[in-house]
Amino acid sequence: MSDKLKVSSNPHVRSRATVNGIMAAVIIALLPATGFGIYHFGPKALQLILISIVTTVGTELLYGLISKKQTVDDLSAVVTGLLLALNLPVSVPWWMPVIGGVFGILVVKLLFGGLGQNIMNPALAARCFLLISFPAQMTDFHYDAVSGATPLAALKAGESVNVMDMVIGRTAGTIGETSLIAIVIGACILILLGVIDLRIPGSYILTLLLFVGVFGGHGFDPAYLVAQLAGGGLMLGAFFMATDYVTRPITVGGQYLFGIFLGLMTGIFRIFGPGAEGVSYAIILGNLLVPLIEKITWPTAFGRGGKRHAK
Amino acid sequence: MAKLTFVGGIHPYDGKELSKDKPIMEVLPKGDMVYPVSQHIGAPAKPIVKKGDRVLVGQKIAESTAFVSAPIHCSVSGTVKAIEPRRVVTGEMVNSIVVENDELYEDVGFYPEVPLEKLTKAEIVDIIKEAGIVGMGGAGFPTHVKLSPKEPEKIDYVIANCAECEPYLTSDYRRLIEEPEKLIGGLKLILKLFDRAVGILAVEDNKPDCIRILKALTQNEKRIVVKALKTKYPQGAERQIVYATTGRKINSSMLPADVGCIVNNVDTMVAVYRAVAEGVPSMERIVTVTGDCIRRPRNYRVRTGTSYRQLVEEAGGFMKEPEKIICGGPMMGYSMFDLDAVVTKTSTALLAFSQDEVSMLKPGPCINCGRCVEVCPGRVVPSRLADAAERFDEAFFLKYDGMECCECGCCSFICPAKRPLTQEIKSMRKILLAKKKK
Repeated sequence: MSDKLKVSSNPHVRSRATVNGIMAAVIIALLPATGFGIYHFGPKALQLILISIVTTVGTELLYGLISKKQTVDDLSAVVTGLLLALNLPVSVPWWMPVIGGVFGILVVKLLFGGLGQNIMNPALAARCFLLISFPAQMTDFHYDAVSGATPLAALKAGESVNVMDMVIGRTAGTIGETSLIAIVIGACILILLGVIDLRIPGSYILTLLLFVGVFGGHGFDPAYLVAQLAGGGLMLGAFFMATDYVTRPITVGGQYLFGIFLGLMTGIFRIFGPGAEGVSYAIILGNLLVPLIEKITWPTAFGRGGKRHAK
Repeated sequence: MAKLTFVGGIHPYDGKELSKDKPIMEVLPKGDMVYPVSQHIGAPAKPIVKKGDRVLVGQKIAESTAFVSAPIHCSVSGTVKAIEPRRVVTGEMVNSIVVENDELYEDVGFYPEVPLEKLTKAEIVDIIKEAGIVGMGGAGFPTHVKLSPKEPEKIDYVIANCAECEPYLTSDYRRLIEEPEKLIGGLKLILKLFDRAVGILAVEDNKPDCIRILKALTQNEKRIVVKALKTKYPQGAERQIVYATTGRKINSSMLPADVGCIVNNVDTMVAVYRAVAEGVPSMERIVTVTGDCIRRPRNYRVRTGTSYRQLVEEAGGFMKEPEKIICGGPMMGYSMFDLDAVVTKTSTALLAFSQDEVSMLKPGPCINCGRCVEVCPGRVVPSRLADAAERFDEAFFLKYDGMECCECGCCSFICPAKRPLTQEIKSMRKILLAKKKK
């Protein structure tokens, strides 16, 4: 018997949570937004989503074959591929998600050491890379012969927007960002499953609303605030990308600070920047500040500072 | 103020239903008994018997002149067969006295030396010291040392740790059901040492029957209160139970006495009662024998020195072949090489599982999810400390309070990447503690 006994250090039990399970939960939670995107933008959207996922998964698989360390089974490449596609306008050519997918997985993630080692969110970094490289295609939001000014751009230009359309998602935008309702359903799934909490999304969204309320020139007009909430990929960014474990602070205080920072940056980009959006850049900037944020919000160990006197 | 809980912690499957409803059963050992001379923190005791000596139940067979130490008593009658190193549950070899059990159980005669009312404080502490009582929750810190703080008048609370937060363990639960008066008796004796102190019976709220019993038995006791704590692991860890019951915080370099508290677990307090009121030294304890491989899981009253092999036989043997055998609870216990080690004063349980979750799961890279941070009762960042331990970054480890880890295992338990966080931090702590001692 003794040669069959397993000996290891404590603890001897483990929770059921797994990395794959977490990734699967994120994929499931993205399905409402994905489904609405396909319904709203047509079969081209589905095509782009599939190309993107095949690219990211393929890149990871190939890299694994070459480096002889296969990591594709952790499902994180699927999440990256899906998120990248949801952040593209439906009008982009098929090779756009291919370039973005390879860049996101290979350059942003794998070359930094793979899952857990990347400094920036791969999907967002890929989107920013594409935005800088192909600004015209990446900001062309026309679909179905609709001219396609995004609601935030229209708002900035002084036009009025239909709030109800924004909440449901019947507007121009990237494939996955338009429907506030679909994203919130997904976010609820993640919160109920304990995958994310409200620290980052909550502080992010509240800070942004406060900022645009004060500096946006419309005061705290509810329609304006809802438009700010529903537009520009804020919800998708706040619930699905700012909460990316790898690229957000691990400290609890840091998570609030991170959210506040993102809110401020997004607000600045939206109100004072040339474009109407700004979520992607704000989160990427925030990602880069994570080490600093963690440093100033490091937790105090239990009982620290207590004095020993009795013996 | 009392929060009745703490920040962090986990809710593992508790497995207590396997053994909790069966009454404690006495085990009378057969064959050789083994008494390691170090069953406590502090100086090992020195054997005071030699090969060939006849010894009796309750006879002192090893002692030490050091203050932080505890004597060892024989739990059977018989002949000293050998004094030699034997393997203990932690895997170390410890000098041990081997006694051939004659199964007559002839004892030295147990009676209290002085009537309870006439005992002075010094006499109570002395009896506890002579009885070889150590912390029976697992750490094995000599109880007489704990009960001799520098400023006894500053002790405000004596806490009876009845949390029993480790999964599968039910020995304290059975004690509370079957012999609550002995626990209360022990607590009252300790309260005699500290004039200002209030006694707290701290029980997790998953044991409502115990809470009812203790409340009924102490309703006329002015100095004793019962507190129902939130059920959460590690509620019974010393720092957490002090915080939950009193709101006071201690760190790794402090003792509960630094914040006016004394903490003893159930079995220890019962041992105090038995030593002072009945004259019986520390030579038995309640051990939970359970797990999916054990045919008759329940609690056993076991004499120290009994081998785990015999304990398993007593419990009906194995129904299935075990893959992992644990001495203690699944969160902080030791996995064993074989069943030859013996029950000592600090043994709490023997668990036998047909499947070892740990070796089934492969560790992956940390995804920085922060679950370890959420559950850590020490409020440190386990993933980063484990990282520092892996690359032996002593400066980082010390700066970010690696020494504050209590090795409770919550971080390893919760980690979705199945990383051995506790193990890494524990190893680093061990190295640094050894370095400090030099």
